Amino acid sequence: MTTTEVPTSAEGNPIGFGRMHRKEDARFLRGQGTYVDDVTLPGMLHGAILRSPFAHARIVNIDTSAAEAHPRVRAVITGETLEGLGLAWMPTLSQDTQSVLATDKVRFQGAEVAFVVADDRYAARDALELIDVDYEPLDAVVDAKKALDPDAPVIRDDLEGREDNKIYDWEAGDAEHCAEVFDQADVVVTQEMLYPRVHPAPMETCGSVASMDPVSGKLTIWTTTQAPHAHRTLYALVAGLPEHKIQVISPDIGGGFGNKVGIYPGYVCSIVGSIVTGKPVKWMEDRAENLMSTSFARDYHMTGSIAATKDGTIQGLKVDVLADHGAFNGVAQPTKFPAGFFHIFTGSYDYDAAHCNVRAVYTNKAPGGVAYACSFRVTEAVYLVERMVDCLADELGMDPAELRMKNLLRPEQFPYTTPTGWEYDSGDYPRALKEAMRLAGYDELRAEQAERRRAFEAGETNQLMGIGLSFFTEGVGAGPRKHMDILGLGMADGCELRIHPTGKAVIRLSVQSQGQGHETTFAQIVAQELGIPPEDIDVVHGDTDNTPFGLGTYGSRSTPVSGAAAAVVSRRVKDKSRIIAAAALECSPDDLEWEHGRWFVKGDPDNGKTIQEIAFASHGNLELPEGVEGHLDATAVYDPPELTYPFGAYICVTDVDAGTGEVKVRRFIAVDDCGPRINPMIVEGQIHGGLADGVGMALMEVIAFDPEGNNLGGSFMDYLLPTSMECPSWETGETVTPSPHHPLGVKGVGESATVGSPAAVVNAVLDALQIRSADMPLTPAVVWRAMQGSPLRNDLAIE
Amino acid sequence: MQVTMTVNGDEVTRDVEPRMLLVHFIRDELGLTGTHWGCDTSNCGTCTLWVDGEAVKSCTVLAAMAGGRDVHTVEGVAQNGELDAVQQGFLEEHGLQCGFCTPGMIMTAKWLLERDPDPDEGTIREAISGNLCRCTGYENIVRAVRWAAEHPAGADEEVSA
Repeated sequence: MTTTEVPTSAEGNPIGFGRMHRKEDARFLRGQGTYVDDVTLPGMLHGAILRSPFAHARIVNIDTSAAEAHPRVRAVITGETLEGLGLAWMPTLSQDTQSVLATDKVRFQGAEVAFVVADDRYAARDALELIDVDYEPLDAVVDAKKALDPDAPVIRDDLEGREDNKIYDWEAGDAEHCAEVFDQADVVVTQEMLYPRVHPAPMETCGSVASMDPVSGKLTIWTTTQAPHAHRTLYALVAGLPEHKIQVISPDIGGGFGNKVGIYPGYVCSIVGSIVTGKPVKWMEDRAENLMSTSFARDYHMTGSIAATKDGTIQGLKVDVLADHGAFNGVAQPTKFPAGFFHIFTGSYDYDAAHCNVRAVYTNKAPGGVAYACSFRVTEAVYLVERMVDCLADELGMDPAELRMKNLLRPEQFPYTTPTGWEYDSGDYPRALKEAMRLAGYDELRAEQAERRRAFEAGETNQLMGIGLSFFTEGVGAGPRKHMDILGLGMADGCELRIHPTGKAVIRLSVQSQGQGHETTFAQIVAQELGIPPEDIDVVHGDTDNTPFGLGTYGSRSTPVSGAAAAVVSRRVKDKSRIIAAAALECSPDDLEWEHGRWFVKGDPDNGKTIQEIAFASHGNLELPEGVEGHLDATAVYDPPELTYPFGAYICVTDVDAGTGEVKVRRFIAVDDCGPRINPMIVEGQIHGGLADGVGMALMEVIAFDPEGNNLGGSFMDYLLPTSMECPSWETGETVTPSPHHPLGVKGVGESATVGSPAAVVNAVLDALQIRSADMPLTPAVVWRAMQGSPLRNDLAIE
Repeated sequence: MQVTMTVNGDEVTRDVEPRMLLVHFIRDELGLTGTHWGCDTSNCGTCTLWVDGEAVKSCTVLAAMAGGRDVHTVEGVAQNGELDAVQQGFLEEHGLQCGFCTPGMIMTAKWLLERDPDPDEGTIREAISGNLCRCTGYENIVRAVRWAAEHPAGADEEVSA
């Protein structure tokens, strides 16, 4: 069924795929959402965290006596307290450990040192000032490039036998074959580049309200999590609490972008605080805490090399990465892939050979790593390849669009296995690039640019014009259990569908929305499959007591995995409805034919039963065939056979003031192919948001450090997010290439634009300046210095 | 200290610490949690509400400073349960995703339309530039405000049109 054939419900909604208003908006528009900080329980206390002012220091002594004497303080918890409970350290999502409250050393500025529980949030903060910590400062490792120096201080001396700061060395591809290809190539271009440390910075910070019922022994925690089920299992494993006595509720979430995947010390402290005081404890971090201590993103120092023939046929790509993981390896990615999906760095082109090596190091910075709408480091990978292709175009004197068109994978090559082992499901790449060029008016833009440059050289204007392209391929929908798990938990998603006697329905998901509109989209999936109006379908999510197990929403996996589960469970209900309809119509199920929302007797279209009538009959006294149970319910667990591979072609047009270095994004054209669109309005919204992320990262956002390891991006006055003024009016287009293995053909879209857009913006700025390299963020100062031929290191406040 | 103000038309009095911020007064003392707390530094605008008809960021205003004044929050925008034109515009144009910035955006947009009932795109962008949104890329928020400008009677007008 195509979207044009979808019937309309009594309320004017499509009974299936199509544009419809979001069901969740009714509460958000009235200020009636329930975010974690909106949860108030009787007798609730408030927690606050004392954080380290040093990047690296030994803790000599902690004196909490004055804080404990504060009349409104109920408890002060330190690492020593937690050690007694076996909770001073917790496992990260990458087989490392992370300190909950520091016992021996602090390892980054903002590290958690003590937790105060008080009657109100102001008193809790007051008491932090009363805690006296005696630190012995140590030399800090701030520059990742010096982390492996022989004389570098060892950050993780808590790990037995650890004598350096190396976390891992990991490679993919065929190094030997790659070397041969590079040796014989006409042209080899090598370029260093930095994808600097940035932060997802959702508008809602992280927090939790923990309530341990001392009578039942049940822990309920309302928390900012993108993965409520995974968190519950981890709390059970870490704290030794029985899993059935833990309820994780992820209520309305004010944006996630990967920031809310991991478990933070504050969550654990709120649980301990509740156990210690016997009262519910709320902990809500402020913005500085969010930016300084919760999961950052990127921080990849990359050196890429691309090999090609003289006429621009790309033959090989290789890259060496130095990955700064901060003080603990807290990245979240499938176990088998320590660098996430970075080895998808060959992108959208055909090669003879490719190879990558990723070396990860500890530094005295906040832990984290995979976050900010990145599809498990596909963002870094796409940036690398799309910058390298532009470097090659510059070397060859070729138009970057022409070079891309010449090398893009062709439709007949799918399914395509990349040199590093990914199997792309489907794609028509040239069609998407042509569509983007058509929407942009590419040739006219190039002509305008030439005229602008002439005027600039004649001294008539200070404004240079740049046109930047990016073509991305993502791998999303993690993931097949044969390849992927996180801490031993497979990445399948469960789903339960129940049709009530009157034909209304409730679907329970394992994934959790942070703004993606699941309450609408998943109702539309059921509507599409069963013909029940979406307003008659309630979507339940974000509560482990009331939803089936699954690993949560990140890596653009909700629609590819959970969406498939929703389709499968709907089809199971449909299959059963056929049997019940046949019983009601006194015919064989084989004699029935389906039209939207109704089974009817073949050749006798008036003789049928609607899904609502069948639902009622399933609960009634209709005699059912032997072995068929009553009611109309089903469950499903979806294990994706492979990833899905959305792609797109982006074109950015910038104006750069050569006098000030100021960059203005004039236009941004985005053609996305994520397969069929369940709700085109929501899909387009996802793309818009990602494009703004791309502009932010390319031009404004960075978490930099000074030589002592002080975080220089700890507030929104320092960490600049794009506003309505930096964002242009987005121009979007689409092509549709369904995934052959997904039940709905859909591919996922949540991170596409964040992944694809930064390279387009950077390529546009460099195109304007006619220089080959400068690192993000391209602030006026950075652009100015790049124009002078003396680029800055953006990650450090040093030359 | 005792603070009295009018909030969404009702007079309220609470005994609070002089240092209490207006955002915490509204949220914690009055339970009006539609006004959000996002950054502490007046940058993000999720705490935007009206004081005496002006859109202000309540994270950098003391509750005491609002004493005797007329405060309006997002909870007071819909009348008799019906969305007003700005709220309807956000619904129509998908001007929200996670919803966290939305109350502040709505209060700023309403403030703009009170002063300029027919703002162009540039005026809208400038007016909301003190309200950050991480989800929408602003495009649909701009469209939402334009929708409200074009349908001052809100959903009723759409139905009759």
